[in-house]
Amino acid sequence: MGTTNSTLSKIPNVEELMQETGFTPAHIVRLYDRFEALDKEKTGLLRPQDFGAINRLAMNPIGDRIIGAFFSPGQETVDFHSFVRILAHFRPADKKRPKDPSMPEPVNSRTSKLKFAFQLYDQDKDGKISRAELLQVLRSMLEMQVTEEQLESIADRTIQEADLDKDDAISFEEFRKSLEKVNIDHKMSIRFLR
Amino acid sequence: MACRTCLWLLGTAFFTCTVRLVVEGTEVGAPQGSHPEPGVVGSNHSQAGGGHGSSISGIQIVTFKWHHVEAPYLIALWILVAGVSKMVVELNHSLTSVIPESALLILIGWILGGIIYGAGKMQTFTLTPTVFFFYLLPQVILDAGYFMPNKLFFSNMGAILVYAVIGTCWNAATVGLGLWGCWLGGAMGDIDIGLLQFLLFGSLIAAVDPVAVIAVFEEVHVNEVLFIMVFGESLLNDGVTVVLFNVFDAFVSLGGAEIDAVEIIKGIISFFVVAFGGSLVGIIFALLISLLTRCTKNIQIIEPGFIFILGYLSYLTAEMLSLSAILSIVFCGICCQKYINANMDECSVTTVRYVMKVFANGSETIIFVFLGISAIDPAIWVWNTGFILLTLLFIFVFRFIGVFLLTWILNKYRLVPLEFIDQVVMSYGGLRGAVAYGLVAMLDENKFKEKNLMVSTTLIVVYFTVMLQGITMKPLVTWLKVKRAAVTELTLAEKIQNRTFDHMLVAIEDISGQIGHNYMRDKWHNFEERWLCWLLMKPSARKSRDYIFNIFHQLNLKDAMSYVKEGERRGSLAFVRNETKADVDFNKKFRASFSEIMPDIMADNMGPDHVPLSSILQDIVPSVCLDMHEQDLEMRESEDFNAHHLLQQHLYRGRKQHRHRYSRSHLETNKDENEVQEIFQRTMRSRLESFKSAKMGVAPAKKIQTKHQKKDKPQKMPNGNSTDKSKNHPYGDKDLEFSEGDCGSGGEAAGDLFPMRAYGVEAGIVNPAFMAEMDPMDNMQQMQQIPHVALLPQTLNSFDP
Repeated sequence: MGTTNSTLSKIPNVEELMQETGFTPAHIVRLYDRFEALDKEKTGLLRPQDFGAINRLAMNPIGDRIIGAFFSPGQETVDFHSFVRILAHFRPADKKRPKDPSMPEPVNSRTSKLKFAFQLYDQDKDGKISRAELLQVLRSMLEMQVTEEQLESIADRTIQEADLDKDDAISFEEFRKSLEKVNIDHKMSIRFLR
Repeated sequence: MACRTCLWLLGTAFFTCTVRLVVEGTEVGAPQGSHPEPGVVGSNHSQAGGGHGSSISGIQIVTFKWHHVEAPYLIALWILVAGVSKMVVELNHSLTSVIPESALLILIGWILGGIIYGAGKMQTFTLTPTVFFFYLLPQVILDAGYFMPNKLFFSNMGAILVYAVIGTCWNAATVGLGLWGCWLGGAMGDIDIGLLQFLLFGSLIAAVDPVAVIAVFEEVHVNEVLFIMVFGESLLNDGVTVVLFNVFDAFVSLGGAEIDAVEIIKGIISFFVVAFGGSLVGIIFALLISLLTRCTKNIQIIEPGFIFILGYLSYLTAEMLSLSAILSIVFCGICCQKYINANMDECSVTTVRYVMKVFANGSETIIFVFLGISAIDPAIWVWNTGFILLTLLFIFVFRFIGVFLLTWILNKYRLVPLEFIDQVVMSYGGLRGAVAYGLVAMLDENKFKEKNLMVSTTLIVVYFTVMLQGITMKPLVTWLKVKRAAVTELTLAEKIQNRTFDHMLVAIEDISGQIGHNYMRDKWHNFEERWLCWLLMKPSARKSRDYIFNIFHQLNLKDAMSYVKEGERRGSLAFVRNETKADVDFNKKFRASFSEIMPDIMADNMGPDHVPLSSILQDIVPSVCLDMHEQDLEMRESEDFNAHHLLQQHLYRGRKQHRHRYSRSHLETNKDENEVQEIFQRTMRSRLESFKSAKMGVAPAKKIQTKHQKKDKPQKMPNGNSTDKSKNHPYGDKDLEFSEGDCGSGGEAAGDLFPMRAYGVEAGIVNPAFMAEMDPMDNMQQMQQIPHVALLPQTLNSFDP
């Protein structure tokens, strides 16, 4: 307990962070330890190459995208708060949360999770997943032997299925609708972050 | 087909019978000096006196010396028979996919047993405990240990231990007590048996059997976590079984009155001693093996032998010390695999792997055939409806209850909970097998009046689980899965997204570090790197272990190969002058030939020793003009089906979904490794691109992507990297050509900068050393590209994993 408190005191605005993300003090401490372990140069900020040092991410087809998701557009570093905020997306949803319309949407609600997933596709942040962006993702997730034609046919059909307003792009609403049957909480949660 | 099968079967049986009859015949007939001492066959000796010579009438040209060879001959014959049975079983593949091989082998065992019994009116060949435990079981377990997926095993160790220890105790207790209760209630009639004997019986019938489990799960492909749970449990529960068996055996000998708290405590202590002691013995032998292989460079030809001998010795040593022999040999296999694979020569490793499979397969076949034969022995047939039926019921029901209970508790602590279908498969897959039979055959008849009843029951239980549960396992799994999948037919978007989620979760887990769990693993890793590898591995083996280095070595090789390939094509290396043209031409010219060329080169052949460079060069000559048109047509045929099918086939499987295929009969290279390599290479390549483009102040990803789309469609190639090369030829990208200069300037400057830039989005900072050698259209560009890639390993080595 002593170490928890002392570590907590090192983090500025920790109360606000816990409130916003819903993490427990124990979690915050552990995430802080991880943050420090990744931050080799002890600058208090993480850079893309710090993430790049995690070898196993290189073996992930969308690893670099995920790394990119941690950095806000234009930013080249991520501080502890942003780090935690992004990870908070992956907390399993609180089952007993009262639906209070006046409160802002919690970070780990279904909508927020979907937004995070959407942003992985939508790299230029224009609110739509264009055909080209979809192709990029598909390319990275499919084996090398798949030809461009095959890729394009998959992309075309996917857009066809999901695109309701026929603008050849998938908006967030269409994205959300196409996944309404998927148990997002189950698919996008990491238990130990509970 | 059927004719052949029958023919083989009858032939074998007939042969066996003949031998048997001959054996009996020669035994019955008076021993007519058919086996004098080897040297004494000449008539000149007979005069020397002694009555022995009088029965020989002359020189015998050929004598039938059956007793001389009886023992080894019969052994060899039985091994042959078992092998032939397996051959018979495998004749019809559609049959084996419905009925597991083990069940069919038992069936053949029955037939053979019936024939032998019919011929001789008594069963002389049965599975005796000695033969089973000393000669048949060790290989099977060694094989299991040696091929065990260590990472998976140890990360699920907690759950496996829970199931193995608590689960087995639960099974033993409930079955024993349940049967006892029913006996008290009179359901079994009048048999001479007591509580302790029931408990003993419960403990030996409770254990899930590794041999049977493998045999059945071979046909039913389940996900790796589930597999490792059941498999691990079946291996580790031996510790518990041995202890319980010995403890209750001792209790029965002592008699019920002598049991007090002290004895019970001694029993519990003995569990820890047996289990940990056995594992320790195994680990010691693993160390021995590893050390030994470190020094066997000069006797590579008999290197493989050491593994088997020492493995066997670990088994026997543990047995000698009354510790758990199975645990010992399992841990021996588990701990030594990494080091001996690194230390030994490639050929030796292959030999070990192959021979291991041969022994294990052979043993398993013999075990099952004999399990069948042993049944045809009226001497042991005792039928007690209540006992047998109740046993069957209890082991089935209590297994389900036990698994569900334990899983419910475990799921609270597990990262990835075990789902319902997994639990069902686990419970249903708790097969009993030969180990139970071996144990029950070891019982002392004098102490256990109802031994025969127990033996028959055990056999019936084994048959029930192996045959019935084995046969119905696959349909059950299919039904459960189909039932769940039929509810929603996934759309393309959902499929893609599901996979994206999987990858996402894995990535986030890696980033957030799986807190707590990783600490131990890191510590172990460090310890291992510093001490164990130094001690147990040959220095040369240690060097080549670096994973990243290997990957980049392969990347370099691929680059080099494609470079040479292109050079060969062009007839000279002068083509490098004109990149853009080379690029486009690359595509056009190769379009026709690539599709045919690459299939032969498998991704896993890319190791330094295996690169069939010559074959690549040969293949470049376009032997046949492909039917490109036909290919196109096929593709457009049914787009919808195709898209789903493509996704199914080609989406990278996330780490969680990598199926580990432990198989008794197949030696496959792990395809997932290739997938991981491919992803790794692509990621590194794209990082390289972005780094280079960042250096030049060009926005990274988009540029490359448009290049992808602009270029002519690359061809279908299993070995994707060469095409990739042609696409990404920054060799083709005028903007990036400056960066070629950096390689020339040597490692140090690049090395310094790389840690900052390996994945960099920064632009603008330019190292003067890099700019020094700006020679864009240099011939050496291509050559430099290769060492350029090779530089990365140095730097990435400095990152910790």
